[in-house]
Amino acid sequence: MSNPELTPDEIKQADRNRRRSKLLATLFVVPLLVFIFVTFVAPIGTMLYRSFYHPTVSELIPNTLEALDDWSEDGSELPPNPTLNIFAVELKSLFEERLSGKLAEEINRALPGSSSLIKSTARLVSRADTAELETGGAALLFDSNSKWQQIELWQAIKKAGSVFTADYYLTALDLERSPSGEIVQRGTQIYLDLYWKSLKIAFYITLLTALIGFPLAWYLANAPTRIANTLMIFVLLPFWTSLLVRTTSWIALLQTNGVVNSTLQTLHIISEPLEMMYTQFATVIAMTHILLPFMILPLYSVMKGIDPSYFRAALSLGAKPIPAFIRIYLPMTVPGFSAGALLVFIISIGYYITPALVGGTEGQMISNLIAFHMQSSNNWELAAALGSLLLLLITLLYWLYDRLVGISNLKLG
Amino acid sequence: MSTHDINDQYVRFINVKKSYDQRALVVKDFSLDIRKGEFVTLLGPSGSGKTTCLMMLAGFEDVTSGTIQINGKSVQDVAPYHRNIGMVFQHYALFPHMTISENLAYPLKVRKLPASEVKQKVKDALALVELDAFGGRYPGQLSGGQKQRVALARSLIFEPSIVLMDEPLGALDKNLREHMQYEIKRLHEQLGFTAIYVTHDQTEALTMSDRIAVFNDGVVQQCAPPSALYETPANSFVADFIGENNHINGKVESNDGKIAEISLSRGDRVRALDINCPPVGEPCILAVRPENLFIAGTGREYDNVISAEFITRLYVGDSIRYFFKMSDGAELMVKVLNDQDAPVLEPGTQTRLTWATERGLALDKPAGKNPVKAA
Ligand SMILES: Nc1ncnc2c1ncn2[C@@H]1O[C@H](COP(=O)(O)OP(=O)(O)OP(=O)(O)O)[C@@H](O)[C@H]1O
Ligand SMILES: [Mg+2]
Repeated sequence: MSNPELTPDEIKQADRNRRRSKLLATLFVVPLLVFIFVTFVAPIGTMLYRSFYHPTVSELIPNTLEALDDWSEDGSELPPNPTLNIFAVELKSLFEERLSGKLAEEINRALPGSSSLIKSTARLVSRADTAELETGGAALLFDSNSKWQQIELWQAIKKAGSVFTADYYLTALDLERSPSGEIVQRGTQIYLDLYWKSLKIAFYITLLTALIGFPLAWYLANAPTRIANTLMIFVLLPFWTSLLVRTTSWIALLQTNGVVNSTLQTLHIISEPLEMMYTQFATVIAMTHILLPFMILPLYSVMKGIDPSYFRAALSLGAKPIPAFIRIYLPMTVPGFSAGALLVFIISIGYYITPALVGGTEGQMISNLIAFHMQSSNNWELAAALGSLLLLLITLLYWLYDRLVGISNLKLG
Repeated sequence: MSTHDINDQYVRFINVKKSYDQRALVVKDFSLDIRKGEFVTLLGPSGSGKTTCLMMLAGFEDVTSGTIQINGKSVQDVAPYHRNIGMVFQHYALFPHMTISENLAYPLKVRKLPASEVKQKVKDALALVELDAFGGRYPGQLSGGQKQRVALARSLIFEPSIVLMDEPLGALDKNLREHMQYEIKRLHEQLGFTAIYVTHDQTEALTMSDRIAVFNDGVVQQCAPPSALYETPANSFVADFIGENNHINGKVESNDGKIAEISLSRGDRVRALDINCPPVGEPCILAVRPENLFIAGTGREYDNVISAEFITRLYVGDSIRYFFKMSDGAELMVKVLNDQDAPVLEPGTQTRLTWATERGLALDKPAGKNPVKAA
């Protein structure tokens, strides 16, 4: 935009000034941007990449896969013999490097039952000469087992060899590819059930924190400053205590011979100890306790800012206290309530340590299974796919929230 | 207020006292009778208990002792939502999550009026405050003056017989204030409600009110029509609080019950009306308004003359303020209309100042506060 009242020199000067202040502002945020990139963008990017990227097979048998490129897996013909020869050579060298078992495992995932075939054939070809295999490898394969003449097997090998795959997402959604290539439901539903359970647990926790947090925040916001400040310390106290300590103290409370059970038994309210530990109940209770401040703080800060004259105005206009509270006061707390609810819900749906310690199998959440796949079953790709789906779910909830309430209505403090 | 007609005592504060902390009294023995349809303003410095009085009348604070009556009945046990008192809050208190129309409809809906009637009344109310086109907007989308008018309309829409306004114009700029003062007066005259108005601003109080109750420190210093308040303030607090005033220290020499003779520091003797004059021999204050004090020799000569040294003059526009210093150090101000007669003086010039006896008021010293009951 040109301004007729400025001379070209003045415009240049103004531009220079603006550029300088822009540069200065950028310099200030650079450390933050770098930090966010290193700690946030890069790991999530890696996770998303991991969930698709699966190079193991292509690293094990690169030459075979290259040769298979020219072969069309839709036809009814086996790959040409030279290709089979190359495979036999690679199989031999894999056996010698003790990697044939890994290949068997990978192919087995694509075609169940092929593991023992590959292992035994690998042992067989390892006894042959490399030079011999280069010309007669195909014949040796066919001799060793007739299964090598099945087209499905070679289809499976080619499929397992592709570097990018959506299969882990299918698994994470309890789906699989039928031999004919269609996407069908798997026999057992594991992950969808778990997502659903995680959503339910997060919902219970949000509901409980809201029920407990709302009256408390209201009291804090309306109490005399001195009392409110003292009580505020108790609200913040959990932040100063280790998460692990707080979770383990719940174990002490809830276990079969724990404080709660022995108290109830001493009072003869129950005769048999209640099973509270390692249940969904334990997860919900312990996490409600841990996440309560995240509900109270935004609610409190919003309630603190609500001028008492709104309520008085409603009364002076003739509304009775309870209707006035519902119609006037409650809607004004929405920004704080929704911020708190969103925060609690999102934190709890991906929570790991508490369900792992007090939840048992019944109180497990999706994050526990993600951890399992990372630490025990060593299936990082599946863990990444499950994690990406969780991220998608949360983004979806956030979007839904934005549509229903509006992000601008969010008030955290 | 000699007749005891029920309409003369529509709202009554009878010896009302209020303490928030069970120790100090914030309102001390407040008594006031308000006529039906009257416009009464509570005026006073910050913290003098004006809001507290309104809140007790509206039912948001309880009365520590004494009674408040409306239409002859004590409102002690009437809940705020049954008192049927309209209220305009200082920061409007328009419900931000409701549109203007919904805000206006709220008091009607809680009274369970039929929808068609609600709609009609909201439309009328919007027309009343000249905001016909704004019904669908939210309070956040209105200017300060518009919000103010909506708040006013909302407090009137359920036809309360009493409307309380707590510094309703406090947040507006000067031009808007004057416009809104006129609006409020217009509505008051048109609808005939009883208005109790709180303000800091004495000009606002003087222009709008039928009567003004001047508060200080929880006590009503004087309650009188604006002209009486300005011309015959009951004590030095009121004299000082309402308009500008020159205060001259003196000692009472004699007093015939109407005119007091006062000796000033240098031995000058002047005469002034006995308003709230202390006994003979006691120190007192002589109050003269700047517009009643004249520079002698400019065509004005009155019975009382003192001499003072000219310091400087301040150009205000329609008037010029001349500042003088008396030999005892007290400063005096003279307000002269900015016309051809406004004299030109050299700083340091000894000048004589003059005023008419009936324009000088003999008052008590402010240190020994001497509250006067509502006049
Ligand atoms: N809720 C309360 N609790 C304790 N003290 C209060 C409360 N409300 C007001 N006060 C005290 O009572 C006194 C009178 O307050 P009030 O609000 O009536 O003054 P005001 O005349 O309306 O002043 P302003 O012109 O500043 O609004 C003040 O000293 C104030 O500190
Ligand atoms: Mg006030």
